[in-house]
Amino acid sequence: MTQTATGAGAEAGEDRLEAHFDGVIAHDRRIEPRDWMPDAYRRTLVRQIAQHAHSEIIGMQPEGAWITRAPSLRRKAILFAKVQDEAGHGLYLYAAAETLGVDRADLTRRLIEGRQKYSSIFNYPTLSFADVGVIGWLVDGAAICNQVPLCRSSFGPYARAMVRICKEESFHQRQGYELLLTMMRGTEAQRAMVQDAVDRWWWPSLMMFGPPDEASPNSARSMAWKIKRHSNDELRQRFVDMTVPQAERLGVTLPDPELRWNPERGRHDFGTPDWDELKRVISGDGPCNEERIERRRTAHEDGAWVREAAAAHAAKQAAKRERKAS
Amino acid sequence: MREDDHVYLSLAEEQDDARWAFGTGFEDPLHGVDTSVPDGVDPAELAALCLGLGDDALIAAQRLAEWVTRAPELEEEVALANIGLDLLGQARLLLTRAGQVDGTGRSEDDLAYLRESDDFRNVRLVELPNGDFAFSVARLLVFSAHRLAVFERLAAGHADPVLRAVAAKGVKELTYHRQYAAEWVVRLGDGTDESHRRMQEGLDAVAPYIEELYRAADVRDEVGAVLAQVADAATLKLPAAESLEGDGRAGDHTPCLAPLLFEMQEVARALPGGQW
Amino acid sequence: MKDEWPLFEVFVRGKRGLNHVHVGSLHAADERMALTHARDLYTRRNEGVSIWVVRSSDITASTPDEKDPFFQPSGDKVYRHPTFYDIPDDVPHI
Repeated sequence: MTQTATGAGAEAGEDRLEAHFDGVIAHDRRIEPRDWMPDAYRRTLVRQIAQHAHSEIIGMQPEGAWITRAPSLRRKAILFAKVQDEAGHGLYLYAAAETLGVDRADLTRRLIEGRQKYSSIFNYPTLSFADVGVIGWLVDGAAICNQVPLCRSSFGPYARAMVRICKEESFHQRQGYELLLTMMRGTEAQRAMVQDAVDRWWWPSLMMFGPPDEASPNSARSMAWKIKRHSNDELRQRFVDMTVPQAERLGVTLPDPELRWNPERGRHDFGTPDWDELKRVISGDGPCNEERIERRRTAHEDGAWVREAAAAHAAKQAAKRERKAS
Repeated sequence: MREDDHVYLSLAEEQDDARWAFGTGFEDPLHGVDTSVPDGVDPAELAALCLGLGDDALIAAQRLAEWVTRAPELEEEVALANIGLDLLGQARLLLTRAGQVDGTGRSEDDLAYLRESDDFRNVRLVELPNGDFAFSVARLLVFSAHRLAVFERLAAGHADPVLRAVAAKGVKELTYHRQYAAEWVVRLGDGTDESHRRMQEGLDAVAPYIEELYRAADVRDEVGAVLAQVADAATLKLPAAESLEGDGRAGDHTPCLAPLLFEMQEVARALPGGQW
Repeated sequence: MKDEWPLFEVFVRGKRGLNHVHVGSLHAADERMALTHARDLYTRRNEGVSIWVVRSSDITASTPDEKDPFFQPSGDKVYRHPTFYDIPDDVPHI
């Protein structure tokens, strides 16, 4: 570090830089990796993008378990491709996080040591093949509601990653809904499976938007920085309004007795998710938290010798090239 | 118009189902290819050929799917899934063709989900459990080198236009699979003491199953040359080929196949008449 | 750590007549693996696209928004390293 600047000079410099940063945000332009940014902006982004990346990677598990069991080869191919996309999304997002100067290996360590979180939704078990459809329809649907606004996030690499991801997510949602439509045309047992899956995933899907606005302390700042573009409650409302007609068309009941159209608001009223459950699941006490982290840790540790071998081979090859050159 | 609506619209615009390759859109790579059996081709022989090659691909894809969420690095998740998806695509086309020409009219799903293990015609190499990454890439190298040599011949000269088209598509895919496997065998063979040991053990474990591949299609000169070249670059010893009793193409299998099929067929069989 | 692979930047030319465009980054042990991974991840193995990979550490970057010499130390690397900002809050005017 060049330490020639005096304290006062540095502060004046920082003010100028902060004013420039604020101006970029105010004009809805993008912050890029080498731009000056406030420490808290960088930290907030690293946390949010890493959580998002972890969610994609952990999110492979509940559905991945059904690839080998998919009841038709066409469904097997679709699900295989979908879970592969999630690995890809995780990679795009880790790449975006790395532009902020963190290492993916470090983020992975934080995940498997339980120091960084991922979406609470993936701590619920997948009990039948109908869950694959419902995850596509509701979970990916909620993810799209959350993510489409992030395509305009103020941080350039994050916004660009989200554009790619959102395009693929729309396939995911459609394949899920199409599976459910097909199952609803099938046997009575299949229709019961679909309804059971909807009953189990509806409330956790609503929780994906996070705690209610009044209990979401960091939201306001993230919105001012345009890292986040809409409040949790606003996105949740949007999701409910989008989903109700889809449920009707599908012929399933959403498990909320308070759910009804409110003509005055022009939106649906709906019940309150069990926020205590969300807290428990987030803090590590969901049905599958341990299993998910354990699988990720095992894969990472079992793969260490492979990664080491590839690095050792690359080093030997580089040394060979150098010897030849000299 | 809400400020995000343009993003929703641009998402809706793109109906690019092609990337699901044989997935949601069921885009038929055989579009425009005449599916009647040409004169001079024995339908039973053609069906048996398609069934064997289809089962090989199906079981290999099933094993690759078991790697999902367990790969040694995230980039390898994507790579292994690509290979699994290619093989699954090949399996679907070949099983469909087998059902078309064997006179039973069975669909790809009838063949995949309703047969018992002794009706499967895959070589035993593909049904062995995944083992560690070294075993999996050793198997992939042998399997894809053999399959590529077979597909090149089918693409160039088989009398059935459907099988020719399937093989032509597969050649590109298998070239990549062989390359991927060969690079990993070299990396692991050369990398560290541990990876060298594991890679040698992987090759040793695969070796007894190679002769069965040659019984299915004798392309040993070509495949042997590839394996020798890779082993040499990897500083590994290619074990002498010994032959095992039995033949997967005749329905002989290891005890590993039945549990694999049980898992694969469980949901489909639990809901007879189900729509998927 | 000896099991960590370096970062590569990926540039893809989607079709003839266009420039290569930066699409993101990935980890790989060497250039050859980086190309394979790039093809899998960023092009879904679409043949006919041209891919460049380069080690992130080999890129030299200009610094358009950094006129104050105080902010020079992140130097010419493509990403700033955040350790530069690891200044304890309770140390005024270092």
